[in-house]
Amino acid sequence: MTFVYPVASNKAHPAPLSPDYKSSIKRAPNRPLIPMRHTLSEFTGPVYGHETVRAGDADLTTQHKGEPLGERIIVHGHVLDEDGRGVPNTLLEIWQANACGRYIHVRDQHPAPLDPNFTGAGRAQTDAAGYYKFITIKPGAYPWGNHHNAWRPAHIHFSVFGHAFISRLVTQMYFPGDPLFAFDPIFNSVPDEKARALMVSSFDLENTQPEWALCYRFDIVLRGKNATPMENAQ
Amino acid sequence: MNDITPSQTVGPFFKYGLTPVGQYDWNDAFTNNLVTPDVSGDRIRIEGRVFDGDGVPVPDCMLEIWQADSQGRFADPKDKRALPNAKFRGFGRCGTDANGTFAFDTIMPGQVADPDGKPQAPHILLAVFARGMLRHFYTRIYFGGEAANEGDPVLALVPADRRATLIAAREPGNGSAVYRLDLRLQGDNETVFFDI
Repeated sequence: MTFVYPVASNKAHPAPLSPDYKSSIKRAPNRPLIPMRHTLSEFTGPVYGHETVRAGDADLTTQHKGEPLGERIIVHGHVLDEDGRGVPNTLLEIWQANACGRYIHVRDQHPAPLDPNFTGAGRAQTDAAGYYKFITIKPGAYPWGNHHNAWRPAHIHFSVFGHAFISRLVTQMYFPGDPLFAFDPIFNSVPDEKARALMVSSFDLENTQPEWALCYRFDIVLRGKNATPMENAQ
Repeated sequence: MNDITPSQTVGPFFKYGLTPVGQYDWNDAFTNNLVTPDVSGDRIRIEGRVFDGDGVPVPDCMLEIWQADSQGRFADPKDKRALPNAKFRGFGRCGTDANGTFAFDTIMPGQVADPDGKPQAPHILLAVFARGMLRHFYTRIYFGGEAANEGDPVLALVPADRRATLIAAREPGNGSAVYRLDLRLQGDNETVFFDI
């Protein structure tokens, strides 16, 4: 199957300059992007082998001697292309704060405790149908210095590859009904309400494990669609 | 037709997950060294720094590169010419340090044809992620002194006074070639980014 990557799909992304997010003011490119045709360089990409995804990398609750504190959750879903087909064998990397809203990163100064049993990094590969699954701890909200009383809604960072170097995506997965949504300039850097909803996971009762863990579903749609969608319609 | 998932910034704390390089209790999926023992081609090092609109170094930037091998072939089945036993994978990742510095060890890519079959000058794709960047942006690294730059169909799309932002300058000296390219996210001499 030959994939094409319509540039128009990029309109889903935030504008580079989003002044309410103060860090964007000096880091957003200001000059117009230069249009060009895609060449082989653009529509090839790292076909990621499974060799660096180790057993257990997708379970963030079993990476240390003891279990981390917090609310154990399952996060699962499909990585899809723009036609809704699963993207097989593609790498997902996640990182997140612990249940208290603290990252292990040395520069995180939030006065909340670190958890010796939680790193907060995970890695998985989609199966042949594009399905992935992580087990982790629900991250806490945390304060940041963007404006007075600024708090990030709880989120998990996702990094995904897909079929081509230009299908690459880094995003954040949020949790449904978070009261901080209205006040978060990063979440609201996506102007369209329906587009913002694509970053919010849904509670999945059917796959919640009794006596064990709540489940959230998060499907991720990457760039890429069939170049000849009408071929079977004649 | 499904709408794609919007991008969000990598934020300031990606390092322990994406570029831990021995500093954190996690392993690297990718490094900034693409040179495998069996790889053929001219070894090169690409070094530079990343600056914001005030000229301040960006210490929390992540760069990813994607390139062809020395014969202009990609390690991806979509490139039908790719050799099945080629170990060179063509993908690298590097986080900037406190001075905004990055470096990649790789090989000089071969020439890749454009959609009309016309050869492009040797180039490497570069994706730039950072705190403060709500999505990543794509640019290209070309190489100073390459005669093919003159006829490159992509460089030709770039206004002449901005082309230099894409061309890594070869440092004087013997031994493995070192090329230098600084990235400016904004302001005078802002790096050219492509709408792809």
